[in-house]
Amino acid sequence: MSWYSLWGALEIGLIFGLVALSVLISFRILRFPDLTVDGSFPLGAAVAATLIGAGADPFAATLGAALAGALAGAVTGWLNVRLRIMDLLASILMMIALYSINLRIMGAPNVPLISEPTVFSVLQPPGVADYVMRPLLMLAAVAGVKLALDWYLATHHGLALRATGANPRMARAQGIATGSMVVTGLAISNALCALAGALFAQSQGGADISMGIGTIVIGLAAVIVGESLFNSRRLAVMTLAVVVGAVLYRLFVALALNADFIGLQAQDLNLVTAVLVTLALVLPLLRQRLRGSRRRRC
Amino acid sequence: MLTAHDLHVTFNPGTPIETRALRGLSLDIPAGQFVTVIGSNGAGKSTLLNAISGETALDQGSIAIDGMQVAGLPVWDRAGMVARVFQDPLAGTCEDLTIEENLCLASQRGAPRRLSRALRQGMRQQFRRRVASLGLGLENRLSDRMGLLSGGQRQAISLLMAALQPSRILLLDEHTAALDPRTADFVLGLTRRIVREHKLTTLMVTHSMRQALDAGDRIVMLHQGDIVLDVSGAERQGLDVPHLLAMFERVRGEALSDDVLLLD
Repeated sequence: MSWYSLWGALEIGLIFGLVALSVLISFRILRFPDLTVDGSFPLGAAVAATLIGAGADPFAATLGAALAGALAGAVTGWLNVRLRIMDLLASILMMIALYSINLRIMGAPNVPLISEPTVFSVLQPPGVADYVMRPLLMLAAVAGVKLALDWYLATHHGLALRATGANPRMARAQGIATGSMVVTGLAISNALCALAGALFAQSQGGADISMGIGTIVIGLAAVIVGESLFNSRRLAVMTLAVVVGAVLYRLFVALALNADFIGLQAQDLNLVTAVLVTLALVLPLLRQRLRGSRRRRC
Repeated sequence: MLTAHDLHVTFNPGTPIETRALRGLSLDIPAGQFVTVIGSNGAGKSTLLNAISGETALDQGSIAIDGMQVAGLPVWDRAGMVARVFQDPLAGTCEDLTIEENLCLASQRGAPRRLSRALRQGMRQQFRRRVASLGLGLENRLSDRMGLLSGGQRQAISLLMAALQPSRILLLDEHTAALDPRTADFVLGLTRRIVREHKLTTLMVTHSMRQALDAGDRIVMLHQGDIVLDVSGAERQGLDVPHLLAMFERVRGEALSDDVLLLD
């Protein structure tokens, strides 16, 4: 594996670190199985690429993408809370609705960003290779989001969000309007996912209608890999763990696809993902057994 | 002060499993009174508490707390007035959150949730003092997850949480039923102490007649969704379990003969 592809894997891994944080909020904190992210990731890409193509400032376009994601998440929440549609189904409805919405926004199945300015090209200092600079910028962005999320979850509002996911009956008895907390949480989650999509489009040279497929699997894979490695319930550790999980996942995939002797090719990506997630799920069990057998020997 | 008038609740109306849980029940509780509620399974005890807290919607009737009409308000909008401890020790707290985070949630009951740091040093010290007063040694485990505590410890913390913020009425829903007898005694003693210290208006549902006599200053017996016995003051002083049991049997017997008549 070359340096170039290693930096590339790091960059994409960090972008999916944002997706992992998004999935951490919906699946783990709110306990809401939210598949909207499969639509809000390309939504972020579509909004950012279209706005930049129309001459908008790349930072403003990225912010706009995040806001669009927040709106999508809020609609999923509204479908569930107000219209009483089952959580999983509400998110699937929003996901397929977004497929058409994304096509409408882009006006075509893809919008290339070749010579247009991006957040990466604007911040690119002279004398540093861009394939090194991009992952470093992403690292700063993900670290910023992680710390902001850690701060939020430790506020009164964040605590109310966690109680809503952990024990909604108790949360209501404590005066928390759980319905609006679900809407808020999904808005934050999908804003992060759309932000990831916007940055992905700007780093990979454009938005594509099919780029969202499997986003949720990658996000879950990152969360599961991170959790099985760190095994802590402290939130600051969990947010770090899922980002590390996303990067590791991407590095493993890059390794597997680059190791010629295994014979894997790009189309095997999803198979590799499935195998990796299975390994991560089995890892805690194996560790437990190993510990058990050691104790018996003593 | 609580004023409940002509409460009606029917579950699954118009179906073969229709249950008329409350049938025109009315109850006035003056401020500072400690009422215990007894009755057999299905008498409507839990439905009464759920109607007051807002978890169950009324078909008919009105509930006022300190003169304010609350029927129709969602649970979270009543939470500033109503404090509650559940029967299931798992229900009243968040097991994934730490003890201090649970207390912090309760310290904001009925208040808007702001974007400011939740746990501060001053708050921690206040929690430490309160938890130490339980005498369970939990004051050194404030940052432990709630899920690590036993059922009795969790109910004790739940009681503490209910009293952290002033409330107009405290609802206790068989909160000692899931505990072993010794722990149940401890939690009941704690309940009486906290109610006395904070002068709380309290409605306690219990399965145990002994408990209903030991705690509080008024006994209400429910049967088939209405009040069949309401004893307080001097009349209650001389009351013992056999008396209560006899009254209970008589009420049930009458109801039974009613049913027999209906069947005939």
